Amino acid sequence: MKFIQKFFENTKPYVQKGAKYQWLHSVHDGMFTLFFVQKNTSKSGSHIHDYTDLKRTMGIVVLALIPALLMGMYNTGYQHFAAIGELADSNFWEIFFYGFLRVMPFIMVSYIVGLGIEFVFAQMRGHEIQEGFLVSGILIPLIMPINTPLWMVAISTAFAVVFVKEVFGGTGMNIWNPALVARAFLFFAYPSQMSGDSVWVSLGGQKAVDGFSGATPMAQAAAGQPNVDVWNSFIGLIPGSIGETSTLAILIGAAILIMTGIGSWKIIFATFAGGAAMGLILNAFAGTNAYMALPFWEHFIIGGFAFGAVFMATDPVSGTQTERGKWIYGFLIGVLAIMIRVINPAYPEGMMLAILLMNTFAPLIDHYIVEGSIKKRLKRAKVNA
Amino acid sequence: MSEGLFSKKNIGLLADPIGSNNPITVQVLGICSALAVTAQLKPAFVMALSVTVVVAFGNVIISLLRNTIPNRIRIIVQLVVIAALVIIVDQFLKAFVYDVSKQLSVFVGLIITNCILMGRLEAFALGNKPWPSFLDGIGNGAGYGLILIIIAFFRELLGSGTLWGYRIIPESWYIANGGFYSNNGMMILPPMALITVGVIIWVQRSRNPKLQEK
Repeated sequence: MKFIQKFFENTKPYVQKGAKYQWLHSVHDGMFTLFFVQKNTSKSGSHIHDYTDLKRTMGIVVLALIPALLMGMYNTGYQHFAAIGELADSNFWEIFFYGFLRVMPFIMVSYIVGLGIEFVFAQMRGHEIQEGFLVSGILIPLIMPINTPLWMVAISTAFAVVFVKEVFGGTGMNIWNPALVARAFLFFAYPSQMSGDSVWVSLGGQKAVDGFSGATPMAQAAAGQPNVDVWNSFIGLIPGSIGETSTLAILIGAAILIMTGIGSWKIIFATFAGGAAMGLILNAFAGTNAYMALPFWEHFIIGGFAFGAVFMATDPVSGTQTERGKWIYGFLIGVLAIMIRVINPAYPEGMMLAILLMNTFAPLIDHYIVEGSIKKRLKRAKVNA
Repeated sequence: MSEGLFSKKNIGLLADPIGSNNPITVQVLGICSALAVTAQLKPAFVMALSVTVVVAFGNVIISLLRNTIPNRIRIIVQLVVIAALVIIVDQFLKAFVYDVSKQLSVFVGLIITNCILMGRLEAFALGNKPWPSFLDGIGNGAGYGLILIIIAFFRELLGSGTLWGYRIIPESWYIANGGFYSNNGMMILPPMALITVGVIIWVQRSRNPKLQEK
């Protein structure tokens, strides 16, 4: 570590105000805080600092996403070799490596575009670089179909960073989850790349075997023929967006988030509870509709429900802040997600829209809960006086 | 008349609404039609022209009548004048550019409710002479039209790959034809028009410090 510290100290004079590489100042600062804790002490306001600052928090979220990412890579390869009918002849590393090569460009594009825009804005506004994009940059690839062209990934990332984060004032100011907006942008701008049967499985230019379909369980269910393979859906060997297929890997991530106290267990739990409630209601009215009769635990393991509940709904910026608000917010996400999924055939995956919708309402929920508690306390104060 | 037809003040009446006092980006009027008719360049241009004609002649007529209109019924008088002009424009479009008229459908009729018109008649024509009112109308129409055309340019180019109906992005680029490109379907939808207006406002305010709110 010593030589890294030396490097930053040696380069510091060059990026100070008025020096030759002044324009690199925020980059230098951002990189420094990535490795070390700033020595700066606060000059006003709160004087207690925790080492778990924004960067460490983001780091833990990225760590929690790693299982889903690795599983996504493996599944990409798995679906590829299954589609071309060579699964039996391929070993684990071949499968994983294929997926690795396909997924890495997504991550690189998303980080280069997103961080590039953040650097430019930080420099223009004279801010420090804010590290909010560390998580968004890995979330974006994880919720894309594997066959999305890279330029579309780049455009949607740029759109999300500029119009959802920077316009509102940067990290911590956004109303919606940037990664979900990136996906929503793709969904509405290029619908043919975001739905259908041909976008979820990477064929890599090779011919698929006869009888290959490539449809996700979500698509089959929306077509009225739900056919959920519970075990494969749980461990994640089904077609779907890169990182969302494996409920198991997502649960590992959820455990990390909850144990470190970074993700709110209330939101996660309430989301699943809402999903279960709506699932049961639909079951009661199902009749002959096979999709409505789908048990709620099968809803949890297909599509992006689990991924959204664990990694998207718990976003501390765009979610509710009050403790009671978290229950309402999470519960409504679950209800809306299942409702949109089953009732509206135009949107096969309701999780994205449900979370974005509740992001919009989160400040309103908080407002009424705070108002309510103020009123209650005022009443009590009057009685005592 | 002590001042000339194109005195500095009159030129200002013409030029201000195009730039620093733009009806759409600064006064934020007439947004609805700016979102509705800008999916393509041609209807946007026709719409801009129609609004310019209506607001210019509406201004002149109200300005001529300004001393005879009883104050209490001025709004209804303004509406009658605008409605008459809009019907003339509508019939004209139907007679000479029927396809565009069909595309614009109800929005030509809705010029009557366009806030820019009422705003100009109330705020300017009722208190000024016909010639400055005419210039003010042309200026506001042009300012409105300029923004419409900028929005429509980006929406048609990125959303349909064409400009004025002519193909700009070659067919062979499209994914369906073995290429890599795909039209941005969101550009055709109204939300993207709103975002485009937002970007224009953003650019304008960052270039013109006078418009920045503290």
